[in-house]
Amino acid sequence: MNIVQKPTFVLNQRHLLGIEGLSRDEIVGLLDRAEEFVEPNRQIDKKQTTLRGRTQINLFFEVSTRTQSSFEIAGKRLGADVMNMSVGSSSMRKGETLIDTAITLNAMHPDILVVRHYASGAVDLLARKVDCSVINAGDGSHEHPTQALLDALTIRRNKGGIEGLTVTICGDILHSRVARSNIILLNTLGARVRVVAPSTLLPPGIERFGVDVFRDMREGLHNADIIMMLRLQRERMSGSFVPSSQEYFHYFGLDERKLGFAKPDALVMHPGPMNRGVEINSSVADGAQSLIREQVEMGVAVRMAALEALSRNLRNA
Amino acid sequence: MLSDRRPILLTDARIIDPSRDLDFIGDLLIAEGLIREAKRGIGAAGVPEGTEIIDCRDKVVAPGLIDLRAFVGEPGAEYRETLASASQAAAAGGVTTIVCQPDTNPVIDEPAMVDFVLRRARDTAIVHVHPMAALTKGLKGEEMTEIGLLKAAGAVAFTDGARSVTNAQVIRRALTYARDFDALIVHHTEDPNLVGEGVMNEGEFAARLGLSGAPKAAEIVMLERDVRLAALAGGRYHAASITCAESLDVLRRAKDNNPNITASVSINHLTLNEIDVGSYRTFCKLAPPLRAEVDRVAMVEAVASGLVDAVMSDHDPQDVENKRLPFAEATPGAIGIETMLVAGLRLVHNGEIALANLLKAMSTRPAELLGLPGGSLRPGSIADVIVIDLDVPWVLDRAQLKSKCKNTPFDEARLQGRVVRTIVSGRTAYEYV
Repeated sequence: MNIVQKPTFVLNQRHLLGIEGLSRDEIVGLLDRAEEFVEPNRQIDKKQTTLRGRTQINLFFEVSTRTQSSFEIAGKRLGADVMNMSVGSSSMRKGETLIDTAITLNAMHPDILVVRHYASGAVDLLARKVDCSVINAGDGSHEHPTQALLDALTIRRNKGGIEGLTVTICGDILHSRVARSNIILLNTLGARVRVVAPSTLLPPGIERFGVDVFRDMREGLHNADIIMMLRLQRERMSGSFVPSSQEYFHYFGLDERKLGFAKPDALVMHPGPMNRGVEINSSVADGAQSLIREQVEMGVAVRMAALEALSRNLRNA
Repeated sequence: MLSDRRPILLTDARIIDPSRDLDFIGDLLIAEGLIREAKRGIGAAGVPEGTEIIDCRDKVVAPGLIDLRAFVGEPGAEYRETLASASQAAAAGGVTTIVCQPDTNPVIDEPAMVDFVLRRARDTAIVHVHPMAALTKGLKGEEMTEIGLLKAAGAVAFTDGARSVTNAQVIRRALTYARDFDALIVHHTEDPNLVGEGVMNEGEFAARLGLSGAPKAAEIVMLERDVRLAALAGGRYHAASITCAESLDVLRRAKDNNPNITASVSINHLTLNEIDVGSYRTFCKLAPPLRAEVDRVAMVEAVASGLVDAVMSDHDPQDVENKRLPFAEATPGAIGIETMLVAGLRLVHNGEIALANLLKAMSTRPAELLGLPGGSLRPGSIADVIVIDLDVPWVLDRAQLKSKCKNTPFDEARLQGRVVRTIVSGRTAYEYV
């Protein structure tokens, strides 16, 4: 008698540095595996043993609440020993270079490093200097792969799939790693991606990313299935990139009126943390069409899937 | 007031409509605030009952002028000029629309200030008034203003007035952002660091007077910078006040590649040159300064050819306390809204420019640039119309000017021609008797 076993999904790389470079099968594999973690995560006993004996270090050079705690919970639920290092207490403050920090940590033989850094490309640089697996938890304005994966999982669970959906990403595209990772992932899975922003918040050449570019919410949201709002950093809304938070909200903030431009069953997402009254108002953020809380839940499941997939590639695994 | 708005028929006039390149003898009928007809032989028989019929034989009828750049001291400097006094001066000069500048106190950099100016103008001014809003908050040259909300409130363009924004990144971002709202950015191109201590045009004449000079490069360099940034950002850019022959080379090249670039020149720089500073006449101290005669001639030619789009007054009332000072210490600026047209007529009488071209640069083009009604005698247009006697000789007495300040460079000038009637929205706002 043959036991038909579901083929174990394999991630063909040591690190997860970006959505770019992942195949369609790898993305779908990660999402399928994450899906399987959702229910166990809702049980009273959540502990698993896949990563028992492994050491996971969360190395954050930029403040983070939800991403860092999400990775910490994901690692602990898989049985890893998790340690958090953030910039405030690290020797980077004492002048140590990124490379020296990497070499120092590497000497302690961690198995997985989860790294966030304010500079684009810094996580990639660090990954080349260590022997363990590295997950990019966000590098500058470049990539944030687990955010794009959790967004995709959330969409898939609510819309049954991603192919053929119209997804509009609104706001500070210029500085957003979330936007870049999402554009690549959603295009790979066959969604139609749009971006909407004032010209000052659009990177030059964005039209060549495989997106339709709009500078007006009415046009950009027309017939959209999914609306992804992005956070606008405070220092960018007082005259440097946009004149004021009032003007930004007036033209680009998501309220009921603008939500009405999208399909009636459109769903609203935000990677957090939100500026209520700047890019989104409270009644939309907390309303029936909002997926924002579900995104946080899916974040843990997706990160468990990523940690597990990488752990299988470890030297002695 | 409605009883004032009887229909008006201007008969036997030389009608010049620069918006349609028309110049013919005929009649013009105005009713209900609009131009009804402009053609030969409407005659008294074909007009509504009660129409006021005005004989305009040997006179020119043209669209009311739109002055793209006038400083009005309201709010904050009402002792220099108010919207009311500026509008009186404007009407006497044939200007039916004033575009006032944001360098007031407080600065017009938020929607409530735009609203204030529009309400004050509605209640006190006898011509149309449209404010430009500040391009940067507090005119500091650092952070852009709420271009979208200000435009929605009624600001017709964005400028830091007589100040230049030295930070190129600020200009680039503002042009980029303004493009989304199809907003016009108007910029004073005079690099303050290059101007330095300069108080008049740099050159032999300044050297002989012992005054420090402001080089032409201060203008040319900044204009060149701006047109390149405008090409990069894609927004609509207008050079507020250019003065040098070499700036025209920059402008010509920029315009060849980019239809979104336009420019103005002040009436002062078309009719005066650095020699007019004479023996330290502070009324001829301007910013940018009066240039050499070759520059003046080149600017007139550029207006005639349409390379320079508009001619504005650069009206800047300064009282005696700011002007009765050693030249270097005096505040720059001259009034001009009331004398803009008559000064321009000097050029027409000298054969330097055709009347239709001058009128086009003072009415049709400004209307097009700002998207304002007016600047045309096409039937259905707003009835902002002026009647000009081209030939009457007179001597300007600054005491007779309607502006609160009398700092005119044309005091005691012998002039030929004047505005004899100014009609705003179909109502006579000024009549010379």
